[in-house]
Amino acid sequence: MKFSENWLRSLAPVSLSTADLSHQLTMAGLEVESLEPAAPAFTGVVIGHVLSVEKHPDADRLNLCQVDVGEAQPLQIVCGAKNVAVGVKVPCARVGAVLPKMNIGQAKVRGIESFGMLCSQTELGLAEESDGLWLLPADAPVGENIRVWAELDDNSLTLKLTPNRADCLSLNGLAREVAALTGSGWSVPEYPVIQPAHDAARAVKLTAADGCPRYCGRVIRGIDSQAATPEWMKRRLERSGIRSISAVVDITNYVLLEMGQPLHAFDLAKISGDIEVRWAAENEELELLNGTNAKLQSDMLVIADREKALALAGVMGGNFSAVSDSTVDIFLESAFFMPDAIMGKGRRLNLTSDSSHRYERGVDFAMTRNAMERATGLILEIAGGAAGSIVEQQAALPRRNPVKLRVARASRVLGIPLDMPQVQSLLQRQQFGFVEQNGELLVTPPSWRFDLEIEVDFIEEIARMHGYDSIPAAEPKAELRMLPQPEARLPFVELKQRLAGRDYQEVVTFSFVDESWETGLMANDKPVKLANPIASDMSVMRSGLWGSMLETLQTNLKRQQDRVRVFELGRCFAVDGGGFDQALRLGGLAYGLALPEQWGEAKRPVDFFDVKADIATLLGSSVEYVAAQHPALHPGQSARIVRNGQEIGWLGVLHPKWRQQYGLPQAPVLFELDTAMLSQSTLPAYREISRLPQVRRDIAVLVKREVEVSQMLAAMQSVAADFVTDLTVFDIYRGKGIDFDKKSVAFRVLMQDTQKTLSDEETEPAVQNLIRILQEKFAAELRQ
Amino acid sequence: MSDSNELQAILAQAKEAFAGVDTLNDLEQVKARFLGKQGLLTERLKQLGTLPAEARKEAGAAINQVKVEVESLINARKDALRDAELARQLAEETIDVTLPGRGNERGGLHPVTRTLDRIAALFHSMGFAVADGPEIETDFYNFTALNTPDNHPARSMHDTFYLAGSAHLLRTHTSPIQVHFMENNQPPFRVIAPGRVYRVDSDATHSPMFHQVEGLWIDESASFADLKGLLTDFLQRFFEKDDLKVRFRPSFFPFTEPSAEVDMGCVFCNGDGCRVCSHSGWLEVGGCGMVHPNVLASVNIDSERYQGFAFGMGPDRLAMLRYGVNDLRLFYENDLRFLRQFRG
Repeated sequence: MKFSENWLRSLAPVSLSTADLSHQLTMAGLEVESLEPAAPAFTGVVIGHVLSVEKHPDADRLNLCQVDVGEAQPLQIVCGAKNVAVGVKVPCARVGAVLPKMNIGQAKVRGIESFGMLCSQTELGLAEESDGLWLLPADAPVGENIRVWAELDDNSLTLKLTPNRADCLSLNGLAREVAALTGSGWSVPEYPVIQPAHDAARAVKLTAADGCPRYCGRVIRGIDSQAATPEWMKRRLERSGIRSISAVVDITNYVLLEMGQPLHAFDLAKISGDIEVRWAAENEELELLNGTNAKLQSDMLVIADREKALALAGVMGGNFSAVSDSTVDIFLESAFFMPDAIMGKGRRLNLTSDSSHRYERGVDFAMTRNAMERATGLILEIAGGAAGSIVEQQAALPRRNPVKLRVARASRVLGIPLDMPQVQSLLQRQQFGFVEQNGELLVTPPSWRFDLEIEVDFIEEIARMHGYDSIPAAEPKAELRMLPQPEARLPFVELKQRLAGRDYQEVVTFSFVDESWETGLMANDKPVKLANPIASDMSVMRSGLWGSMLETLQTNLKRQQDRVRVFELGRCFAVDGGGFDQALRLGGLAYGLALPEQWGEAKRPVDFFDVKADIATLLGSSVEYVAAQHPALHPGQSARIVRNGQEIGWLGVLHPKWRQQYGLPQAPVLFELDTAMLSQSTLPAYREISRLPQVRRDIAVLVKREVEVSQMLAAMQSVAADFVTDLTVFDIYRGKGIDFDKKSVAFRVLMQDTQKTLSDEETEPAVQNLIRILQEKFAAELRQ
Repeated sequence: MSDSNELQAILAQAKEAFAGVDTLNDLEQVKARFLGKQGLLTERLKQLGTLPAEARKEAGAAINQVKVEVESLINARKDALRDAELARQLAEETIDVTLPGRGNERGGLHPVTRTLDRIAALFHSMGFAVADGPEIETDFYNFTALNTPDNHPARSMHDTFYLAGSAHLLRTHTSPIQVHFMENNQPPFRVIAPGRVYRVDSDATHSPMFHQVEGLWIDESASFADLKGLLTDFLQRFFEKDDLKVRFRPSFFPFTEPSAEVDMGCVFCNGDGCRVCSHSGWLEVGGCGMVHPNVLASVNIDSERYQGFAFGMGPDRLAMLRYGVNDLRLFYENDLRFLRQFRG
């Protein structure tokens, strides 16, 4: 809502400064978003009347003018503007004037004395560009200060109004609000009734009374549709953000701003028969004022004549019946449409208007007739013509049921002491009607408010009038109870810190990705698609984090970051029956050197096992890695991570074909883990530690290359004696001295008993057992 | 006396010999020349038997005395050689302690999650639990249950992402988590709900995905004054600024009544007015209000008995203000040079 400050001040007695007024409005919930002065500061400019124009003797483009500024002697002024002419009235900056970009002194221009300057709007800081002098109307009073005459000491205020405060979408409403805030009184202005000068009228039928419970129509004949809008009206409209179009349209807009009541003028000649307010037929067509051809739906309200729809009620008029500069007779409408009947209808057709904006939020239904009188008066005054009588139809207006308001309840909700007289006085300031009954109040919401339905709505009004600032910031009191602290569940913060501790940087990427990441990398042929993506490369919801990780890698490679280790904790989305799976996953990527380039370590690219060790810090024990294929990963370097038979994630090296496609010089290692499984660790449980000596034996065997070490360990574990405390692989060797299809695997076996020192007689058979199972299951050959 | 002179000569000879020795090995060999099986002094001792018994004692004592002196000379030389060797070894082993340590560096958290964790920790200290909820939501949880029926003008305040061929949407705020939480818990409770939210909007100050943290406190007396106190306390603790000014302005959210917008004094200009605060001296940091009875009713909480408040804040904005980040988009570009600045 943009409006002229002076206009508001003309309607409400406000003694506050502009800054204080803005502050009061902001602190009452009507946030002042911007404040623009109508003109920059300048002084010494009056209205001048050009009496004569002669060529400058020494300059072709300059004129010598005699200008009457309301004093005994005219001023001699040299002027270079092309549109200077005898008889024009223009702003004249006198000697001593201070303009936004210059000071005016007495000067000689090409040898001729000049006592001032005739001004364009640009020179006064009113416009970016102007085409010559600012030509003022013929009736502009000579000698008057231009700031006074053009009301330049004004500001345009723009409010960021919340949708509940439709009542402040008008100057009257704002005046009422300001009066309530400052405690000064305000009442609705008188709108004189205009007596009919003829008996022309159109009957009105409310077929859709549920959508339009009040309609006023009036015929005004013989207007001058080319009449000029008066300067004062243009000025107020412009400073309120509305461009002047024609007298009739300007007047309807003026009343819209002043009273908050949208009006519409039809060209009477284009209306056949009576007016009907009805619901549109499905697919009924209507060419609107903005030139679009709207296909209406049956829940949209229209104003129609006997033949067709003329206007989309409360949203926009139709082109056919629009007032033009040849219109002679008009049919003027002032109506109340129910918010529900208008809400969302314009948006469905991609239309918004000042009317629909107000109707959707609620228009004061007590003002329908007053607005008609107000507009009629202005039309007769400005465009002439003769008014007929108002035809009014009325049905069930919105109910205003009294609302119970308890002082104690208000006090409890707001947390401040309040008493009955105080509450009553706060309600009175807002002109709310109420009665006191059994210690409670019954408050009737006024016709201009659509947001007051229940007790708390009035409690908010009490708080606003009391001032949010005057409510103290209390220290809240509560019953204390400890929060559960499940120890076996790793908090996400801890998971993230562990990865950060392994030199991974957390990133946050968009949950929507390019569809090709999903269909390609993730081989997901049913990605969750957005109906209205913000960009085509953000059109589907990701089912995994790797696309985003690779994109982050590319971004950073472009910026010459050649070692990238990143992770993200984010939801991934997949269609799951009728709903969606929205698992929270932890995904990551490692690329470049295993360690940052440094003096003390040889350079080596990061590999599968580096990352496996990194994620081991998140996984705890009893996790298996099962060689498995994933569309994104190298088939020989990828594993499904399994715990208790359940898949909890993936680890692998990016498939060479993707590496090539994304133009990556090296292959990144990727992982992704399901956090639901991840954050469930187990509580530590104590096992006795032995004080007796520990025995170590190493076993080295040759096996086929494809034999998995985890299988060998599992087999050994299955036959290991109780006192075998640890089985670890400590060396893998392939190459010289060994058959091409074989590898050497060396295990360390630790044995220790808690009760006695182990003898060779005990340990030797145990080791032999381990060797035997390797020989039986994997055709292992013992190496010496 | 000639014996005595001879002994002194041996001693002098030993002194000279030991001084010329540079290694422990050489020292052992030189030692043998005097004290070994055929050593000069050993020889002397062997010859004692040839002396008359009465002279033996005196001569023996004299030889032994020289032997002790020679031994002490050897030990002194041994110590000196050992010290020298240790000094050499230490010099050899000296490292440049200013070289960087070996191995990996430390990564870090994203500035927004760092901020979210900080927010959670502050509220946790006042007994707030943390709740979570889905990001693909139904219209019911995102709007209807929050007292925002179809066609409500408040819906146009949110530019909603909808899913194709489905009635679902991406949540436009974290407030639906309130509803999920209240459906499954009975008051009194205090809870915060951080998460990602989505709106069709993208420029220097808007990202189509951003974060919110929602807070909810319901009991029998939690009042608007308490809400003011809590959020003022939070902002002062978050920014570690005891005199940070906080103000509440009336506003409108369909799911709270009364509603308020929360502003804090600009942390860049201390309220004097600067570009960041559009010369107002204030920065908008969140919205809040008393939970609307319709919302409580939609989750079967008796609004005559229970009351309380909800609030929502933007961690992205809080992070920008806290760390002086001037462009929201930096948070989602994931340039490592930017992110590494928040490792600390």
